[in-house]
Amino acid sequence: MMSSPQSKKAKERVLWALITAAVLVYALFPVASILATSFKEPSDLTTGKFLPTEWSGVNYEQILVGDAQVLFLSSLRNSIGIALIATAIAVVLATLCAYAIARLDFPGKKLILTTALAVSIFPVISIVTPLFNVWRMIGLYDTWAGLIIPYLSLTLPISIWTLAAFFRQIPWELEQAAQVDGATTWQAFRKAIVPLAAPGVFTTAIIAFFIAWNDFVYGISLTSTEAARPVPAALAFFTGASQFESPTGAISAAAIIVTIPVVLLVLLFQRQIVSGLTQGAVKG
Amino acid sequence: MSASTEVQKSVPAASPTRRGGTVLSQRRKAERRLGWLLAGPAFVVMLLVTLYPILQAVWDSLFNFRLTAPQDRAFVGLANYVVTLTDPLFWRALGVTLLITVVTVAVELVLGFALALVMHKALKSVRGLVRTAILVPYGIITVVSAFAWFYAFDINSGFVNTWFAWLPGIGPDTNWFAGTWSSLFVIMASEIWKTTPFISLLLLAGLAQVPDELSEAAEVDGATWWQRMQRVILPNMKAAIMVALLFRALDAFRIFDNVFIMTNGAFGTEVLSLLAYRTSIGRLEIGLGSAISVLLFVCVLLICFIAIKLFKVDLTSARGGK
Repeated sequence: MMSSPQSKKAKERVLWALITAAVLVYALFPVASILATSFKEPSDLTTGKFLPTEWSGVNYEQILVGDAQVLFLSSLRNSIGIALIATAIAVVLATLCAYAIARLDFPGKKLILTTALAVSIFPVISIVTPLFNVWRMIGLYDTWAGLIIPYLSLTLPISIWTLAAFFRQIPWELEQAAQVDGATTWQAFRKAIVPLAAPGVFTTAIIAFFIAWNDFVYGISLTSTEAARPVPAALAFFTGASQFESPTGAISAAAIIVTIPVVLLVLLFQRQIVSGLTQGAVKG
Repeated sequence: MSASTEVQKSVPAASPTRRGGTVLSQRRKAERRLGWLLAGPAFVVMLLVTLYPILQAVWDSLFNFRLTAPQDRAFVGLANYVVTLTDPLFWRALGVTLLITVVTVAVELVLGFALALVMHKALKSVRGLVRTAILVPYGIITVVSAFAWFYAFDINSGFVNTWFAWLPGIGPDTNWFAGTWSSLFVIMASEIWKTTPFISLLLLAGLAQVPDELSEAAEVDGATWWQRMQRVILPNMKAAIMVALLFRALDAFRIFDNVFIMTNGAFGTEVLSLLAYRTSIGRLEIGLGSAISVLLFVCVLLICFIAIKLFKVDLTSARGGK
């Protein structure tokens, strides 16, 4: 209060610079740590230092073109394919469902939202035992479909919640206004509603993708080979080039590669993800 | 505040037809049918992928059933539950799970609130940067987080022992993953790091709902920052805080990835999910594993029930439901 507004502003700037630095260290330090490990040569792993003594690409070579290539690249393909398909199915179903919830008057809305909530708090491990047994009997064990189906229990509920929150905020009168102005129903929907709804659908897709991409329990329980094993499960079963070599470097390099898409999505769509998560979360 | 008006706005199609009774009921019926036609598939899929498996688990849990000896499958009633509930391993796993849940959620609530305040108040120039950084742990794979923390503390490849050698009890030979408490410490650190952003986003949504005028009025009246926090902001965020707490508690209770990667349940760090996994997938004892799965599910229901009945957490209103 006593100081001039100028110096108060300067103080505030310094304070925010410090806070920002603290947040950056908190959020990025573990990533930096595994990034540094990924560039260490096997002999360099036990130095007890954070940074590698010599930056080496040997771990990346091992997982991309070397002996761990089959293991890693096939799991990467599985993860991308399975997560994308599970996301796409969830977003299509959730878009229809959320549209009905936001726009139409029908009994059972609350039941649907409550079910979505109940499914989202369901312990994954409780469903995985029966699925493990049933999938083996009907031949879905260790297949893409065998993971895509249970992934819907992860991606669908949050998609419904997020999209319902988004759709409630769309001014649907615009559609009628456009019709009054002479547009056909389809034109009105495409020109007035789709541009407003698309960002919500896209954001929901990103959030659903993160969740499918993150799965570990289904991944290790319902697969056994490279046919369907996703990245998180593959990382857990990585072994070194030989029995006596630790897989630390290779796992770190693989971890960095699968973190790149996450960082890219976050960098590009930070605003949308934050608004998607906060809207879906609390909207009284 | 805005939701009620939005809900009214969202059903404009029905209002102009309020005149003729038959027209209304016809339209109403069509709207209902369309509603279930659109929402039905999602609803059915949700039931198929969760309700069916859990019922199957309840059924399986009544049998003595090992995949290694399928021909010996026999109905045993509640015997699997008796075996589980009299096994000290189960109670120990439950205790560890509860401990992890309580500690991580408590720490995350404080840390998450701080991060939410930072995101809420951040100057325009750094807001994007701060939010992007906070989203990185949110988006990262839990297994990757587990490896990052594991390698940092590991006696062979870690740097923590070197960096913190000046602290009593830490030296080059400190093996974090050879004891219950030190292992749990690292497991919880990874869990907290990875999931605090989620809780902070839920709290950010709550913060945004506190009217600025309230806080400003209190400031004009001479309230200190702490008083405003205590008397104005926190009470107005109660719903958001309770929802964040419940969601994280249920999530923490299912902890699996971090424990699996770091200790695989060794040194007294076994948690319920891991116990269920090792029993059914590891040892192929489907009957016993199903019983543990069902008990885990009952625990989650209990936590929900306590939260909703005792603390009056209204999940549907706070999660946007109407």
